[in-house]
This record gives sequence, C-alpha cells and structure tokens, in this order.
Amino acid sequence: MLTMLLNAFQIALREIRRNLTRAFLTVLGIIIGVAAVITMVTLGQGTTQAVKNQISSLGSNLLMLRPGAGFGPRSSSAGVPNFTEDDVAAISGQIPGIAAIAPVRNASLSTIHLQNARNTSVTGTTAAWFQINKWTIADGRIFTETEQQTGAAVCVIGNTVKRELFDNAGIPASRIIGSKIRLGKASCEVIGILAAKGQVGMGDQDDTIIVPLAAIQRRLLGRSSARDISMISISAGENADSARLISEITALMRQRRNLQRNQDNNFNVFDTRQIAETLSSSTRMMTMLLAAVAGVSLLVGGIGIMNIMLVSVTERTREIGIRLAIGARAREVLLQFLVEAITLSSIGGLAGIAFALGLCYALAGLINVPFLFNPQINLIAFVFSAAVGILFGYTPARRAAALDPIDALRHE
Amino acid sequence: MPPLIELRALTKTYGQGDAAFQALRGIDLTIHRGEFVAIMGHSGSGKSTLMNTLGCLDTPTTGTYRYEGIPVETLDADQRSLLRRHALGFIFQGFNLLARTSALENVELPLLYRGLSKRRRHEKALDALAAVGLSAKLKNTPAELSGGQQQRVAIARAIVTEPGTLFADEPTGNLDTATTVEIMQLLTRLNTGRGITVIMVTHEDDVAACARRTVRITDGLIESDLVRPAA
Repeated sequence: MLTMLLNAFQIALREIRRNLTRAFLTVLGIIIGVAAVITMVTLGQGTTQAVKNQISSLGSNLLMLRPGAGFGPRSSSAGVPNFTEDDVAAISGQIPGIAAIAPVRNASLSTIHLQNARNTSVTGTTAAWFQINKWTIADGRIFTETEQQTGAAVCVIGNTVKRELFDNAGIPASRIIGSKIRLGKASCEVIGILAAKGQVGMGDQDDTIIVPLAAIQRRLLGRSSARDISMISISAGENADSARLISEITALMRQRRNLQRNQDNNFNVFDTRQIAETLSSSTRMMTMLLAAVAGVSLLVGGIGIMNIMLVSVTERTREIGIRLAIGARAREVLLQFLVEAITLSSIGGLAGIAFALGLCYALAGLINVPFLFNPQINLIAFVFSAAVGILFGYTPARRAAALDPIDALRHE
Repeated sequence: MPPLIELRALTKTYGQGDAAFQALRGIDLTIHRGEFVAIMGHSGSGKSTLMNTLGCLDTPTTGTYRYEGIPVETLDADQRSLLRRHALGFIFQGFNLLARTSALENVELPLLYRGLSKRRRHEKALDALAAVGLSAKLKNTPAELSGGQQQRVAIARAIVTEPGTLFADEPTGNLDTATTVEIMQLLTRLNTGRGITVIMVTHEDDVAACARRTVRITDGLIESDLVRPAA
C-alpha cells in the first residue's frame, strides 16, 4: 500500500512536471484563495490587536463621566449643567474602590509661539490625570501641588505640539522647557513634554496641552462658567468591578443633580473596557466575514482544479489506456489522479502561504497594524487546500479509473 | 506443464438482444512457448477481438482461456491488470507512447508499477533501449523521433519487464517498407534470441511471412492454421 502510494506520488509529480504551465494555472485559484484567507485573518487580527492597544493606551478600566444623555445623535449637552469640584470630592469621598479621579476642563484654543500658530485641544486638570490616562513625561516635569492650587500659568505639551511649534521652527530640544507659549488669552511656561502615544482611530492624542485646572478656569477662558468641569476621569483600578462602580456613580450623581424618578439621566458614564470589548468584537466579526468571503474564493479555486482534472482525464484517456494495458490497476489510476489533484492543491496551498506572508508583511506596514503570524490559520488554510484537492479530485479520478482499457486505447 | 495459451470454444458477443453481434463464434487455439504467430483476417473478422481477449484486456462471453494454466475468464479487472503487468507486453499500430515524455521515461513506466527502485528501473530501461538499438535517443520525446524509432521505444517498453508473451497489434501499420523490415527483424530476433512468444495481428502477407505460424480468422472462426516448416 505504501509503495503504491509512493508510486502514485512519483507518477503524479512526473505528470505535473510534464505540464508546468497548466499546473500553475490550475493552482492559481488555490494560491489566491489561500493567500486571501490568510491575509484577511492575519490583518484582521492585527487590526483587533491595534484597536486593543489604542484603547488600553487611553487608560485601562477608565470611566469617563460626562454631561448629556449619552453618545449618538440624540445626545445633547445643551442646557445640561456641567460638573463642579464638589461633585469630584463627593465621588472620591463616597464611592469605594476608585484608584484615582481627576476633573477635566477641555477647550480648543489658539496656541502661538513666535510666528507659529495652531489650534490645539487644551486640557485643564490635576496631576492625577497623567496617571489615569497613562501618560508618561518625556522631558521636564508635571505641575506641582502649589501650581495646581494657584492656577499657575504652566503647561505640559504633547509631542505634536512640540513638533509643530518648536522642532519645525528649528528650536533645539534643550530650549523648549522654559519657553513661553501663548494659549488663548494668557502666556504659559512649558514645564514638561509628554511621551508620544501616536495616532489612534479617534484622532491625534499627542496634539494636546495640559494645564492646571485652575489655570484654564481662571486665566485661559472667560469668566462666565469659570468653575465648571466638563468631564470627570476616573480610574477604577485593575480589578475593580466597573459595573458596580458605574451604578454607584450613577445613583450618586442622580441624587446630587436632584433628578426625580421619572427623569432620565442628564449625564453619562463611559467605560473604556466596555468600548474596547465592543470594538474588538466588531473587528473580530469583520475578520470572520472577510475570511468567509476569502474562503469562497478557495472553493472556487477547488472547482478550477476539478475542471482542469476533468478535462485532463478526457485529454489523457489514451494515456490511461496505455497505463491500464501495461498493467496498472484501476485503483492505481484512481490514486494517481487523486494524488495529482492533492499534490497540485497542496503545492498551491504552500505557495499561497508564502504569498500571504509577503502580502501581510507589506500590507501590515502600509496600513500600520501589527503583523501577527498566526500558525493556526496557516495550518488550517493548508489542510483546507489539500482537502479541496481530495474533494474535487475524486470525481475526475473515479472517471479515469472506470475507463475500459480497450476503449481508452482506441480514443483519439 | 500446460501450454502457454489454450482457448476452448471461446465466444465473444457484443450488445444484447436483437442488437447482439457475435464477434467470436467458437475458437479453439493452442499456442506454445517460443512460437511466433501471425493472426490474419479482414476487418470485422474478429481478429482484434481475439487479440484483446488473448491480451487479457477483454473477457470472453463463453468458453475458457488458460494462460499458463491460469483460468483468465474467471479473473477480475485488477487480477487481469496484474497478469498483464507480470507476464504480457504490448505494442500497438499507433505506438501509444506518452507524449512529452522522454524515451527513457516511457520505457521505465511499466517498471514504476512493479515498484522497482529508481536505479533498477534506470538500468533495466537502458538495457531494453540498447536491445532495440536506441541507446543514443534516451532523452528524446516521441515528437522528436521517427515512426520506426517510436515503435522501437514501444518495443523496449514492452520487453523491459521480460514478459513471456509479446502482443503486437498491427505493429507496422503506420510504417514505410524499409522500416517495416527493420521492426520485423527486431521482433524475429526477440523471438529467436530471447525466446519471447510473439503474437501479432496483421493484414499484410509479407509481414505475416515473418511468423512461423499463421492463423486466419473469418467471421469469428478460425479458417486456417498453418505452420511453415522450419527452413
């Protein structure tokens, strides 16, 4: 049996060698199918990983308390009161299990240094904010307790701001700390530079300037809503039950805002872990969908093999007759054609894997996602391509084996 | 020791009912080892059917066929394949070589089914090609060979397994006179030199004249069976 298999393999290889062009065209479908499946899955997983990385760079298990009923087109924060520092104190005082909390006041302000000007998102907050949002300092320092309380005109700048205002103006890195930049109405001293986080799906996180909360409230913005806080950032800690925290915070805030039973929340709590799960499950779904579409092309490739093998059986009827006449058994002819189909599709599978690796490597670099080699999908695609060979090689092989030697020899 | 080939009351019918056609109507024939037999007859006489039956490619409808005592009529297709593989060699009018395949590989083909090692296959194929005088054309494909050379490759392929019987179906039908003489000389040499039994179908008298014995078939029956006295 084994020698028969080896023989069949030898004969099949010889057959394939005899018709290299046809063999290549036959397996092209398989090559493309396998490459498509692997590329889709690999890039899909890379994208999922990239999304996870981006979300976790926002801060792990981060809760954001914001005014307004929620996300989406129906949400409106018009007429909804902002938060106050008393709210921050109440949450941190009354709810257990909070690792860190920081009030946030955001504004988009014009930022000027010498002749360079741009609009940048300016965040007024406390020192805890850096820890909650996982920022690290590349150079300089963050603001002190005293600066925070007095609302000193100091700022920590993001990497994009540093590049646009200083690097592009040819100012050496050593002279950035201590420089003064103009933020809205006031002049601020640069005391620190944030380490870059990079581009995320929702925009450039590094295009930011951080100032003490009191500074943005009193110096940079007008007087009208001076003591307002537009968002509260809460780090729940690694092992906290964020669902419990959300419900406790919600209850507390409803009470503090005097909401009646029949009134909807006029604030919302946004959980990054939840968002991360939603996003990665949707990218996973997308990956599966794309892989399924690619799988169809693999199936089409299999039909291509069957087509060529059927043509080949007809075309090689006389050859089959010769083989039968010189003593090949029907099962050996069957095995020859089956092995030929499997060998073709397996070679196609291997070529597809090689092609996919190159493609994934190039595309991962191009669309900026990590290239994660997944041995499992490569194996699955290979086994599947071999299975396609068996599935679609069997019918032609049966047809070849069923030929009568006399008729086959007489075939023109 | 039983005779090499023994046919008794052999018939072959194609089709059924009204459309039935009886190609062989009761053949009794005995062929001994080392004979050179020509089977002659007009087209439609049944000589090809007889040849296919003798070559174990086809089975008789009734009657018995003993090849070296083996009851061929009882064998299934696979068993007949094995008998062909181990005991019989074939050459055809149309040569029937594998296209785009070198002479050497064509000759190695039957050995592949015998499971011989690559080296043994190579040695035996070289020997067989030397025996037909084609040692210089090992790498040529059929398209690069003349008709006579192709038939020599086919003969090498048939004898490479050292068969007891060589079946030749109109071996010179596609060849010119000079080449016909060469091929017939080769077959005669294999018959006398190696003791291979040769059974040949032909309709040419001068080709049949190479054989010691001539069997004429008419309408599915043996019309005459003549043995030429030794020279």
